[in-house]
Amino acid sequence: MTTTQPQTEAPTPPEPPRGRAPLTWRQRLGRWDVKLSPYLYISPFWIVFALVGLFPIVYTAVISFQDWDLVRNTGTFTGFDNFAFVLQDREFWLSLRNTFSIFLLSSVPQIIVATFIAAMLDKNIRAKTFWRMGVLLPYVVAPVAVALIFSNMFGDKYGLINSLLNDIGIDSIRWHVDVIPSHVAIATMVNFRWTGYNALILLAAMQAIPRDLYEAAAIDGAGTMRRFFSVTLPQIRPTMIFVIITSTIGGLQIFDEPRMYDTNGRGGSNHQWETITLYLYNMGWGEFNFGRAAAVAWILFLIIVAFGLLNFAITRRFIAGETAAQPKKPKQVTK
Amino acid sequence: MSLSRRKTTFGFAAGAATLAIALAGCGSSSEPESSDSAAAGGSMDEPVTLTLATFNQFGYSADSEGGADYAYDLIAEYEELHPNVTIVYNVADTSNTARENFFTKLGPGGLADVEAIEVDWLPEAMTYSDLLADLTNADLDGNWLDWKVDAATDADGRLIGYGTDIGPEAICYNVDLFEEAGLPTDPDEVAALFDGDWDTFFSVGQDYYDATGNAFYEENAAILQGMIGQLDAPYEDPETDEIIALDNADVKATYDTLTAASEAGLSSGLQQWGDDWAAGMANGDYAVTLCPAWFLGIIEGNAPDGNWDIANVFPNGGGNWGGSYLTVPANGENVEAATEFAAWLTAPEQQAKAFENVGAFPSSPEAAESDAVQSYVREYYNDAPAGQIFTERAAAVAVSPYKGAHYFEVNDAMVNALRRVDEGTMSADESWSQFEADVQAIG
Repeated sequence: MTTTQPQTEAPTPPEPPRGRAPLTWRQRLGRWDVKLSPYLYISPFWIVFALVGLFPIVYTAVISFQDWDLVRNTGTFTGFDNFAFVLQDREFWLSLRNTFSIFLLSSVPQIIVATFIAAMLDKNIRAKTFWRMGVLLPYVVAPVAVALIFSNMFGDKYGLINSLLNDIGIDSIRWHVDVIPSHVAIATMVNFRWTGYNALILLAAMQAIPRDLYEAAAIDGAGTMRRFFSVTLPQIRPTMIFVIITSTIGGLQIFDEPRMYDTNGRGGSNHQWETITLYLYNMGWGEFNFGRAAAVAWILFLIIVAFGLLNFAITRRFIAGETAAQPKKPKQVTK
Repeated sequence: MSLSRRKTTFGFAAGAATLAIALAGCGSSSEPESSDSAAAGGSMDEPVTLTLATFNQFGYSADSEGGADYAYDLIAEYEELHPNVTIVYNVADTSNTARENFFTKLGPGGLADVEAIEVDWLPEAMTYSDLLADLTNADLDGNWLDWKVDAATDADGRLIGYGTDIGPEAICYNVDLFEEAGLPTDPDEVAALFDGDWDTFFSVGQDYYDATGNAFYEENAAILQGMIGQLDAPYEDPETDEIIALDNADVKATYDTLTAASEAGLSSGLQQWGDDWAAGMANGDYAVTLCPAWFLGIIEGNAPDGNWDIANVFPNGGGNWGGSYLTVPANGENVEAATEFAAWLTAPEQQAKAFENVGAFPSSPEAAESDAVQSYVREYYNDAPAGQIFTERAAAVAVSPYKGAHYFEVNDAMVNALRRVDEGTMSADESWSQFEADVQAIG
């Protein structure tokens, strides 16, 4: 269809443009082509999304109001009981706490370190491609393999880290018993995997910064630090926001790492590191209570939507702030 | 974000599984007369394709199970005996994968003609016993131990699964550690030492602790498994299926005994299956473990240089941990042929062969009496006559505890309660209160 487009459009210019002569069949076809084609081309995504994304979301909503029997595919309507139960469940609030704690412990250092690594890779270093591919390597390793390696390091009794600590005279840290150490351990796994990935995205943004900005700044007498904070950071803001949003969504859905953190996969005897996705999984496949699991899924969905909106608001403010602050850039940027 | 990779692999697996099932379905549906003739009780010579799904290693065929050299290929053997039958054999990598697949497809259909289930999720399967074919067959009486059959028989008297292997428990002990503690080291003497009830077990543990100052057993949750397995109805009322765990004095007594032992230092607190637990087995962090037949390989793997032995004894007589069944989903296309196939696979002769293949301890007393089992010795355990020991241990199992729909949730809460005490995050009383709250939230 697209190949006809140039042919149909080619004859139009010679005709008197304001004549409003009735369009020929080919012309009409051409017009539809121009109007409809883009939608047709993106339609496969939307059809697939409707099937595997939208339908499950709606179906989950239906299930969440029922006492659902997965096997028989039947349920009895129970209204908001499932939601009420989940919101009153101590385990839910603990897992929410854990999720946010692990999210903060992973995303914040991750983005700071990723920005730093990206800035270093942006410098004139030897064997650029080697270093750039190197930081992506952890991302290629399967999460399960990462969990295996790290669970060995974070063993309470025979772990590598605790033996090192003991060697320098520090008491063992109870990685699988105490709340914060377990979160740190899981956040380490997440960071190991995602820091390099985010660094590469930020690096791409940094490479797009016009070099003359740096030259101008250098001529004005700005040092390395000043150039980083006053040129690099403002220029990569949109990408930074993208990275923040994706790691927020990812961070709120952390599942593999806490599940693989011990052999039980239930988040600890006192729910020390049970995240909300793990809680959802345990509710469904552990307790076979799919109605409640669906309710958890929807609550998680709403939390992520709320977070997304918050991010969106911040994004808009950031971008508006950037354009408005254009004339007096340095002041705005250093905050 | 971290989920995306998982989803893709899931997608592939699901796609592959669907394809396999579609292909299997095509195989049988291309002979539409086969089910008719089977239903009419006609000749069994019509070509038929049967699907079999298990997990880990059942010892049926080395090809599909990815095992080492098996002495027998039971799948090929059955195909030879029944030239009209073609068998498609799928093996899931873990019991958990098989469990999710089983319950996802049990209602809508799409399961294999013969599906293996593990005792861990048998209670859940029992709540859907009407969706599984009734395999009751008077001709097969005596093929299995009574308690193995009882556990898979529902309230209406329908037998939903043929027993494959079982996990009769003995006590495995670290010979060197026993010697250091001044305890006997000869298996028979150790068996005599433990002969008695759980009090005897814990008092031996106390002696060991007094002599060495070290933990006696791995963790409370591991001992709980043995103790709870001897109660008729630990957590639920067999009549009403109501949760009675909090009113059951036996459960509270078990909890109190275990937490007291933990406070006395008998538990090492290393959680079963964890890395520390495995390392602890080699490093002598604990001296005994309750060991079912399938556990022998695990000790050998974790402590290759260790000096462990098997004592032919178990507190209060006998206990079982683990084992599986073969079921036939009722909505399958070849229920009759599948039932025959499942019965054949679990018949004494085949159970004995599966034992020779992978050491799956037979649930059939006749298979257990076979030469292959009786002459079986385990070199690692100072040539212990493992076959004879576990045959005796299996015969000593008296109770098959009632496990209702919520058995594993309650048990999980109990395991967590015991672990909190082992870890020291809560006192025994606090942890019990939390257990009460957890149990009340179930349902």
